[in-house]
Amino acid sequence: MPKAKVNGVEVEFEPGMTVLQVAELAGEEIPRFCYHERLSIAGNCRMCLVEVKPGPPKPQASCALPAAENQEIFTNSPMVKKAREGVMEFLLINHPLDCPICDQGGECDLQDQAMGYGRDETRFDENKRAVEEKFMGPLIKTVMTRCIQCTRCVRFVTEVAGVPEIGMTGRGEDAEITTYLEGAVNSELSGNVIDLCPVGALTSKPYAFNARPWELKKTETIDVMDALGSAIRIDARGAEVMRVLPRINEEVNEEWISDKTRYACDGLMRQRLDRPYVRTGGKLQPASWAQAFDAVVEKLKSAKADRVGVIAGDLQDAESMKAALDLFGSLGVTSLDCRQDGAALDPKAGRTSYLFNSSIAGIDEADHIVLIGVNPRHAAPVLNVRIRRAVMQGTCKVSVIGEQADLTYGYDYLGAGPETLTRFASKPPKGAAKPMLIVGAETVARADGAAVLALVAKAAKAMGAVKDGWNGFNILHTAASRVGGLDMGFVPGEGGLTAAQMVQKGALDVLVLMGADEIDLSVSDAFVIYMGTHGDAGAHRADVILPAAAYSEKAGLYVNTEGRVQMASRAVFPKGDAKEDWAILRALSERLGKTLPYDSMNQLRAKLFADHPTFGQIDYVATGAALDLAAVGTAGDLSDAAFAGPAHDFYLTNPIARASVTMAECSATAKAARVKPVAAE
Amino acid sequence: MVGILEDKDRIFTNLYGFQDWGLEGAKKRGAWNATPDMLAHGRDWVINQIKNSGLRGRGGAGFGTGLKWSFMPKEVKDRPHYLVVNADESEPGTCKDREIMRHDPHLLIEGCLIASFAMQANACYIYIRGEYVREREVLEAAVKQAYEAKLIGKNNVHGWDFDLYIHHGGGAYICGEETALLESLEGKKGQPRLKPPFPAGAGLYGCPTTVNNVESIAVVGTILRRGADWFAGFGRPNNTGTKLMCVSGHVERPCNIEESMSIPLRQLLEDHCGGIRGGWGNLKAIIPGGSSVAMIPAEQCETALMDFDSLRELRSGLGTAAVIVMDKSTDLVKAIARLAYFYKHESCGQCTPCREGTGWMWRVMERMATGEAEMKEIDLLLDVASQVEGHTICALGDAAAWPIQGLFRHFRPEVEDRITRYRIGRPHVQGVTLTAAE
Repeated sequence: MPKAKVNGVEVEFEPGMTVLQVAELAGEEIPRFCYHERLSIAGNCRMCLVEVKPGPPKPQASCALPAAENQEIFTNSPMVKKAREGVMEFLLINHPLDCPICDQGGECDLQDQAMGYGRDETRFDENKRAVEEKFMGPLIKTVMTRCIQCTRCVRFVTEVAGVPEIGMTGRGEDAEITTYLEGAVNSELSGNVIDLCPVGALTSKPYAFNARPWELKKTETIDVMDALGSAIRIDARGAEVMRVLPRINEEVNEEWISDKTRYACDGLMRQRLDRPYVRTGGKLQPASWAQAFDAVVEKLKSAKADRVGVIAGDLQDAESMKAALDLFGSLGVTSLDCRQDGAALDPKAGRTSYLFNSSIAGIDEADHIVLIGVNPRHAAPVLNVRIRRAVMQGTCKVSVIGEQADLTYGYDYLGAGPETLTRFASKPPKGAAKPMLIVGAETVARADGAAVLALVAKAAKAMGAVKDGWNGFNILHTAASRVGGLDMGFVPGEGGLTAAQMVQKGALDVLVLMGADEIDLSVSDAFVIYMGTHGDAGAHRADVILPAAAYSEKAGLYVNTEGRVQMASRAVFPKGDAKEDWAILRALSERLGKTLPYDSMNQLRAKLFADHPTFGQIDYVATGAALDLAAVGTAGDLSDAAFAGPAHDFYLTNPIARASVTMAECSATAKAARVKPVAAE
Repeated sequence: MVGILEDKDRIFTNLYGFQDWGLEGAKKRGAWNATPDMLAHGRDWVINQIKNSGLRGRGGAGFGTGLKWSFMPKEVKDRPHYLVVNADESEPGTCKDREIMRHDPHLLIEGCLIASFAMQANACYIYIRGEYVREREVLEAAVKQAYEAKLIGKNNVHGWDFDLYIHHGGGAYICGEETALLESLEGKKGQPRLKPPFPAGAGLYGCPTTVNNVESIAVVGTILRRGADWFAGFGRPNNTGTKLMCVSGHVERPCNIEESMSIPLRQLLEDHCGGIRGGWGNLKAIIPGGSSVAMIPAEQCETALMDFDSLRELRSGLGTAAVIVMDKSTDLVKAIARLAYFYKHESCGQCTPCREGTGWMWRVMERMATGEAEMKEIDLLLDVASQVEGHTICALGDAAAWPIQGLFRHFRPEVEDRITRYRIGRPHVQGVTLTAAE
């Protein structure tokens, strides 16, 4: 490997690295504003200037300069110091001194670096520039006077999000960052520009003036808004979750999160079930835990096991599902289902039959991706970023069967529905070394889901998508709990009913809903016990409400769509009288005389790991596991209906998001943007 | 004899447009003569001839043209090569390329063909300044003539498939910077690119590209016709050839003139322009190479030669050889303040020192011009200029700093005097007591 000297210290570096990266290898911190590892190099802030020998007798922008063999790099010479102080002075002359009322205060790159390179007083006697605020939608608050034109936001929306709706207009000191037509940024990832902005020009609108970073308790945890399990950090003050920020997980979300992940957190404070309720006289009345349990126990004891059913919702953690499985299993209940959408996925066909087998990072290796009845931009916006990058790099092409939506990249459109899929499966394109077929959760949930799956398996076989070292058969789930539920066999046992059968009229006497809100309960006449967090559909229909903890309020395990088990942590405590889900079930089991054999979370987890060993492999993805394609799905009749897009609004997919004011605004903005007649503009 | 260059040695014989600019007229003056023979010698011969002629880029930086051409990849691989001609002549004071384009366009077209052949480019773009509407019309008409005469185009008489496109710019000064020009040509916002990679490696659409000034390309045909030695016979070593010079300002007859390099500045002004208005003694300062270079005071103008090295020794530059003459009636501070405004207005806003620094320098200069500024601000201004210079992506930052540095290098007492005099009778103005105490 070539060598270079950084301040006299020799370091080895990989060919192709920039001077900035080499200096960092040597432990030298280079100040920067415009440079970002995941964006193209702009080299325009000029803060990363260093002295390089051999080279011209002036400082060089280290972010853009390729390092060379035997180069001598100086990061602390007088020339460098003077150059950086000069740049810092220029950045500050037109930057307002409003740090005390700026939301970026305390986590501002400019503030931090001004400590190192700023002058003690200003030499600038002129008037400061003022820039008009720009409207960038309900999520991004702008104070454009603070902008230092680093263009990170422009590069993010253009290169990563694929929605070139932010740009720089004007020239020289009149240059301004704007959305051109002052419209909301039409992207599910727009919130990331707030993290990217090194100053307080783009800040979070819902979070504006709410808290200071040093007041917040930071908890590293896992997101449940989609099935990716993005790494997040929850910042909370007291009982309230103030904001959600991304953490870096190269294998899942890199460092992006979707707007739903970031902004649905205000839903955690609204519509909450903070005490038990029991329906008396047709109305839900507040009750004590004892009264609620009395009502539940009475119903469960009097009902026959085959007249009881349990449905687990989309946000459930693995532990609570395990506790429910153990408890109701000991009661002899076989009607258990974690697939409230009716997905035709069966754990009996093997774990790989319902996973995103290629793994999320595997997208980087794929050379042909076939999207079947899935809009990854809505199902998993962060995953869509990876697909887009693969397409943009020219290493991968995309074909689509299903909705012809704007995915932010070009693709071959093959057709709309099962008919196209049939044709595709009988004569799929060959030649791709690592093909990926991605099937959407909503497509698997169709009435003919099993038949569609069988066709996809046929196509996968014909394309050679499943072979040694590569498994290109993928289900893209949207529910955070789904894979965990399937992994532990939270599906109907012998003689058990599926979720769809359970909600039929007269099917059951008692129906237990664990945060299941996305299922139609209108004809069910069962006694409904709702264990959940929000006053959503399930709670409205419930006869007894047992208030539980939201994802931010409990530790738990979630298995993402690729089968990665991840551990979430508690950021705040459950609201009011609410309890953690597993604890509710444990208490109920005692009242039912079937005490569960665990008294703590650790014991519960030990049981879970013992019964279902895959849960013990935290943050591990089994790649290359075998898949018998013949066992996937069942051949059957296909309907003629086209694969529709997601039936629900991207911003309103779960009870937390539906309770969020911000998400409602986003939903309305997105809807308005969709129907806006272009000609009238 | 007037000047140094004899009429027989002039390349641009229709500089003033007294003759036909069209193909017939151009052919009579020698254009397109023996072009196939030149190409028959092969590209190495062409590049060597240009190297031997000592031709240095006429756009301002003065980089060896032949050397630049030799940076292009030797073989065309997966990416085509391009020649881009920089006709975005926006440097204040400069008006040479426009005369070539509207009066001798065929010399340019011929040069494009030869240069493209030498660099194995089958396509050439001429990026013409937004304000040059008539020039574009003439050039387009000339290109059409050349196509019709099968001098260029597919299957032309020269046996080198060659297409010539004219692109009309939007009128931004920064698009004269070669990489900003390429950005603009690609349809993007005209902002300079980071170098490296240099255009010869990754230029237009990421392909190997050479960007040359109009004059550099237009002289190529004549150099090859008359021989590198002929061209190298003018001027001093390393500063050879003939050069179009544009004299404006306080001379009796401002003019464009083709002259030998290294002509003494004084001779240039007196022989061709009728001398300084009011006599040589009335001269105050001269900006010898377009607004981007530092001015030189009258006493240095006596000995200065119009070439790259002589003017560099005087800490100025030949630039585009646009001589701006200022006599003693000139308010130099106001003049430089106006230039500072120009650079503030034309800064692209991409990188920090130029975006913020040009505006700051202009504002201080404006106050210097009226005398309102404080004495200590002179050093502040020079400090700011040094913080801009050499810290930017492109040379516009340097170009904005140099005129100001030149002013204070030679005329600092004049500015100080103005600041002091402004305070006479204005006891409330800041800095009065300070000045008195000094």
